Amino acid sequence: MQPFTSHTGIAVPLIRDDINTDEVAPVQAMRDLKPDYKKLLFMRTRMRDDGSENPDFVFNKPQFRNPGILVTGQNFGAGSSREAAVWGMLANNIRVIVAKSFADIYRENCLQNGLLPVVLGPEQADAFIVRVNTANGSAPFTVDLPSQRISGPGGPDISFDMPAADRMRLLEGLDDIGLTLKHKDEAVAWETRMRATQPWLQMALDSRAR
Amino acid sequence: MPGTLFDKIWDAHLVARRADGRELIYIDRHMLHELHAHHAFEQLQKQQRPVRRPDLTFSAQDHTVSTQPGRHDGSFPSGAAFIKAMREGSRRNGIRLFDLDDPEQGISHVIAPELGMVLPGATHAVPDSHASTVGGLGALAFGCGTTEMTHILATQMIAMKRPKSMLIRLEGRLGSHVSAKDVALRIIAEIGSSGARGHVVEYAGSAARAMPIEQRMTLCNLNIEMGGRSGFVGPDEATFQWLAGRPYAPQGAMWDRALAIWRTLKSDDGAKFDTEHTLDCSSLEPQITWGTDPSQVLGISGRVPDPASATDGSRCAAMESALGYMGLQPGMTIAGLPVHRVFIGSCTNSRLPDLQAAADVVRGRHVAQGVVAMVVPGSTTVKRAAEAEGLDRVFRDAGFFWGESGCSMCAGGNGDRGEPGERCVSTTNRNFENRQGPKVRTHLVSPVTAAASAIAGKIADVRQLGGA
Ligand code: SF4
Repeated sequence: MQPFTSHTGIAVPLIRDDINTDEVAPVQAMRDLKPDYKKLLFMRTRMRDDGSENPDFVFNKPQFRNPGILVTGQNFGAGSSREAAVWGMLANNIRVIVAKSFADIYRENCLQNGLLPVVLGPEQADAFIVRVNTANGSAPFTVDLPSQRISGPGGPDISFDMPAADRMRLLEGLDDIGLTLKHKDEAVAWETRMRATQPWLQMALDSRAR
Repeated sequence: MPGTLFDKIWDAHLVARRADGRELIYIDRHMLHELHAHHAFEQLQKQQRPVRRPDLTFSAQDHTVSTQPGRHDGSFPSGAAFIKAMREGSRRNGIRLFDLDDPEQGISHVIAPELGMVLPGATHAVPDSHASTVGGLGALAFGCGTTEMTHILATQMIAMKRPKSMLIRLEGRLGSHVSAKDVALRIIAEIGSSGARGHVVEYAGSAARAMPIEQRMTLCNLNIEMGGRSGFVGPDEATFQWLAGRPYAPQGAMWDRALAIWRTLKSDDGAKFDTEHTLDCSSLEPQITWGTDPSQVLGISGRVPDPASATDGSRCAAMESALGYMGLQPGMTIAGLPVHRVFIGSCTNSRLPDLQAAADVVRGRHVAQGVVAMVVPGSTTVKRAAEAEGLDRVFRDAGFFWGESGCSMCAGGNGDRGEPGERCVSTTNRNFENRQGPKVRTHLVSPVTAAASAIAGKIADVRQLGGA
């Protein structure tokens, strides 16, 4: 995983609640094993039926053509577990999402990919949204993980919380599987114990095949 | 200290605590599907890691498969690459695949319980958000992303922070033609689409107990629609009876040993949950979504709400946008709206009792003119059982399409979808914009409400459909 330390970029405001992964990465755009992740991000909202761009969608405004930070409302990433909804962000160089809250699986998918999911409390978030709207793409914001701060135009630095464990994982870009495999012996011990006490959990056999 | 059933299952599967504070939970059964599996197979190959327990892992072809009779890999051309990659990856890694032509092919969440792979008190993972469907059997199931899936393949464990626990008590007796789908929609309406975020939900109470296992699965299926991390109904005698004799379930003396343990799987009296809710289901009428979020729900006799009644600005804006997308006005009655398409299927409502209930409504009647109506069984096993009872004839005679099993119009991953502007009454789980095709307007309902609406040609209250 690519480590995350700090990221500077234009903050694009998409201030709605409950934006779901069907909207972020439509299944209809995943018709290939290797879809164009850059293009699929918000594809249906970005494009009109005739294939032209929807000029009203914030990503299509000239000042937000190359955003680095997405700013949004509550429960971002609801719905399907599809990871394309994170890969689409990274393909567009969006490495931070600032939200009022995230859906559980989406947040996990962010952490797995070095995309920083920042949660701000309601008042802090509203104040930040005002600053993002005021900046209107004219100047970038910087999100710094070691100091847990957002800095940028229109006001003082904003601090945010990130559980220590998640922070460490992002900062070091730790190999998740490697981290777990350090506990291989414990897994083997668990399996041995289970085989003795609840053997049906340790085997999944078709009883008809005997 | 009295514990919840969730605590007990979690603790029994806790292997270790990782350096980063996450807990490693052993996964007893891992089920893959072809839309996401190829990424994970590719990652494993790149990292030269083996699948740790191929014998506890299974693969299903469901998302991209055609529902047309006589289907093959290329019947839906864009699906072929996924189907082939799944076949290849499963073979290479020694994983049992339920392929396109397998007599037990079907939607992962339908076949895993049907074959008895999922067991009470066991853990289960699927790279799909509706994993908790199998919570209907008292299993603890987690939906996950592709990278997590790769992790589970390589380690047979999921690394998580312990979720919080929620108890939802469902009390009272359901009225006629009211089922788990209606109950689940009402819960989501009450709790909200992120109301269970970070929680594992235990559904309890007399109404949950009275539900047959298939309905419990419908109930648990929709758990993610309120943001829940997982959800289950504690197992009971009905669960054990349902599982007995299923091919992958323990047999003989092993079954008896398992049963003795399964009978202890209960939340203790006085166990503390982080959050509790109670819903009285006795006066519940059939439910239907009116908007573009599963929490925008009405009783079938209800009227479309007015955004002006919303408590906050962002909710008001969301309601306005939903009304616009759905082509509705505040104050309209929902029943009576003309319907273009009806879909009965998906991991929510495609098991045999769902089809039986819908067939009972349809029998001797005909789909209204101009309505395209489809039934897609959740597995080939369900399809065969339905055909043995003549249900396919009931549906076909009434003008329904009777398809081969798969996800079909639930997410449109196999090309089955509606046309722009169509109003679709559907037994699926998500009414998001464009989910069933660009600009398709989806209303989520139970199988009997879907059947009644197909017959009436408009959104209908199944209780008012006159005699055949
Ligand atoms: S039926 Fe729908 S929700 Fe269920 S697994 Fe398939 S696509 Fe996902």
